[in-house]
Amino acid sequence: MSTENTLEHKTTKADFDGKQEYTITVYAENRIGLLNRIAIIFSKRKINIESLNTSPSEIDGIHRFNIVIQESYEVVRKLARQIEKQIEVLKVYFNTNDEIIWQELALYKVSTDEIAEKVTVERLLRQYGASAVVIRKDYTVFAVTGHREETDALVKALEPYELIEFVRSARVAIIKDSAGFHEKLKEFEAFEPGEELVENEFLDKGEKIFTM
Amino acid sequence: METAQETMQQTETKAETSKTLFKGTGSQVLLNGLIEEGVTTIFGYPGGAIMPIYDALYDYAGKLEHILVRHEQGGIHAAQGFARASGKVGVCFATSGPGATNLVTGLADAQIDSTPLVCITGQVFAHLLGTDAFQETDVINITTPVTKWNYQVTDAKEIQEVLAKAFYIAKSGRPGPVLIDITKNAQLQLEEFPEYVKCNHIRSYRPKPKVRVEYIEQAAELINAAKKPFVLFGQGVILGKAEKEFKAFIEKTGIPSAWTIMGESAIPTAHPLNVGMLGMHGNYGPNVLTNEADVIIAIGMRFDDRVTGRLDKYAKQAKIVHLDIDPAEIDKNVKAEVGVWGDCKETLPLLTNLVNENKHEDWLAKFRQYNQQEIDQVITPELYPAGDEMTMGEVLRNINEICGGEAVIVTDVGQHQMVACRYATFNNSRSNITSGGLGTMGFGLPAAIGAKYGAPEKTVIAIIGDGGFQMTPQELGTIMQFGAAVKILILNNRFLGMVRQWQQLFHDKRYSFVNITSPDFVALAKSYYIEAAKVDERANLRAALETMINHEGSYLLEVMVGRENNVFPMVPQGMSVSEIRLK
Repeated sequence: MSTENTLEHKTTKADFDGKQEYTITVYAENRIGLLNRIAIIFSKRKINIESLNTSPSEIDGIHRFNIVIQESYEVVRKLARQIEKQIEVLKVYFNTNDEIIWQELALYKVSTDEIAEKVTVERLLRQYGASAVVIRKDYTVFAVTGHREETDALVKALEPYELIEFVRSARVAIIKDSAGFHEKLKEFEAFEPGEELVENEFLDKGEKIFTM
Repeated sequence: METAQETMQQTETKAETSKTLFKGTGSQVLLNGLIEEGVTTIFGYPGGAIMPIYDALYDYAGKLEHILVRHEQGGIHAAQGFARASGKVGVCFATSGPGATNLVTGLADAQIDSTPLVCITGQVFAHLLGTDAFQETDVINITTPVTKWNYQVTDAKEIQEVLAKAFYIAKSGRPGPVLIDITKNAQLQLEEFPEYVKCNHIRSYRPKPKVRVEYIEQAAELINAAKKPFVLFGQGVILGKAEKEFKAFIEKTGIPSAWTIMGESAIPTAHPLNVGMLGMHGNYGPNVLTNEADVIIAIGMRFDDRVTGRLDKYAKQAKIVHLDIDPAEIDKNVKAEVGVWGDCKETLPLLTNLVNENKHEDWLAKFRQYNQQEIDQVITPELYPAGDEMTMGEVLRNINEICGGEAVIVTDVGQHQMVACRYATFNNSRSNITSGGLGTMGFGLPAAIGAKYGAPEKTVIAIIGDGGFQMTPQELGTIMQFGAAVKILILNNRFLGMVRQWQQLFHDKRYSFVNITSPDFVALAKSYYIEAAKVDERANLRAALETMINHEGSYLLEVMVGRENNVFPMVPQGMSVSEIRLK
């Protein structure tokens, strides 16, 4: 356990104070109204949520939120503590992009005629790793999973060829250094907090994952 | 009603629990649960969607006392006053729709001042949710930002567990308000219920951590090396019931200690290490010396902007040790060198063990020097005014002389509040009840009613301005009907004084809509059969105050004070605490 005299996480990041993309991972009970409780923590501070995903987690009955925002480390840390303070929230992590594996899914609807006529389109799709989800006489739906820049790039590339509809999902992310939530949950379910109490992690010096 | 009966019949056939102790309605089991939680007093107001609960309440006379307020805002402020005076959870009832929305100000007030409340609201039948039914409003979403937790019950079988959770959440950790919204069908639903079990663990909620000794050690090291240590304490000491532990800590270390208005009365006013009040209208020494201290030990306080003034010029030279039960407060406004997360009832004794005995005589003498300047320039003229006009300060001085620090002082918001917090003397904890964080005008009268139920053996004095009194005067009706012996002291300067003061000092004396007229308060009180008097000259003040305080029942006294007196010292907004003005 760290005995160093600081609350500050040491970070090697150059833009410690500058805004950057953070992915917040929230483990929470699956309860009606909790999404609103979390969302207003952002809107109260006039912070825009760029992407929000709720899904089941590795543990039955525990929900996992992924929230993406552009903010400075200091702001994200305070937000994370406010979120973790909510009764039904078990744990909050926040990570920069290099600390997570993340994906977004995009769907593209294009005219089948256009694709059939123009070989370049097919090449484009192959180049972007797209897969055909539906092929009909009148239109075809392609799917791409990847980072924002990748899905965006295909939108640009398809623009000349009658892109009828486009939609992109929220980000889903896995924390590289996380060992999952199973062990943590045991600590939470224990009646008395143990010596290695997780909630005090934020007082520790920086591990590879930021946690509060 | 037909639907309700249908629901009842349906659920009746379903009941089959083995260990059943009680067969009854959701309303009955709710009231039984309140009794299990030790509730004796409820402040409330009935209405359509909460009628089944009120119907059940009819049979609980002698077990549960219900105070019928005159407005739901009055009900929740009374519950707050009750909680603050007694240290117990305050409970209030309101119906759906307007009843529930009228609770919002009180919830926000309780949330920001960490007051434990459980509020029960009625709601339309579950099958009507979302249909814009009569008196339907989305109470859960409206109150989400201003509650520690809230929950909508649509099935009576949830009531016991939700109520137990509500009380646990409201009073544990950093306390706060909880709201339970119960649909009418759940109130009516007939069920067989198991024994009521109190809640003491929620897996997603850690009210307090196991204290980590290394942070205590680091804190002790800083404190032991400090030449000019300074303690700032807030309501956390009172909420944590850690007054003794706090006193032991400061007495061992000899550290001068100043309070936020929420922390006032945690130690007696006369304690030699009590150096006074922090913040915008706080004392001179504590504000100036904040920027001279080398180590600041903040205990159960949250560095509100009214305490810190300009943040980038606040205590930059000092190393900060911050003890708080809420980890979100550590490093929120002021960066801590050492953050000690925990219940100060546990952390303070650990810290006291590790710190050296000390007497910071020279450092304390500095506080006394500043205090002397403040006495000469501000306090004496306020408490012993030379002019004919009465000051708020001299009224407070007289109260102190009569009550000797034993009264519970409840204030409203504004100049009188600052004067009362500055000058009232207290011997006992939980004696200063004020709307600190939210600054709710209209808080005073209903909160004083609640405080009287929370501390019936105490003299409760509500000090209220002429403006604030006119926000919730309807609660005189509650006093009339239920006889709470509250002493109401209106300090009338015929202005919205604090706003006027700002307009004078910062807006070029453009007195924009601060000139407020008042009804005949004495006649108003008498129309509610409450004894009342008015004083407009000093010669009668002392006797009038004595009459009020010695009067057996409730009493209203209106004191006409100087129109354009200002509260000083003052840290103007946007200025540093060390730039505090004495005039």
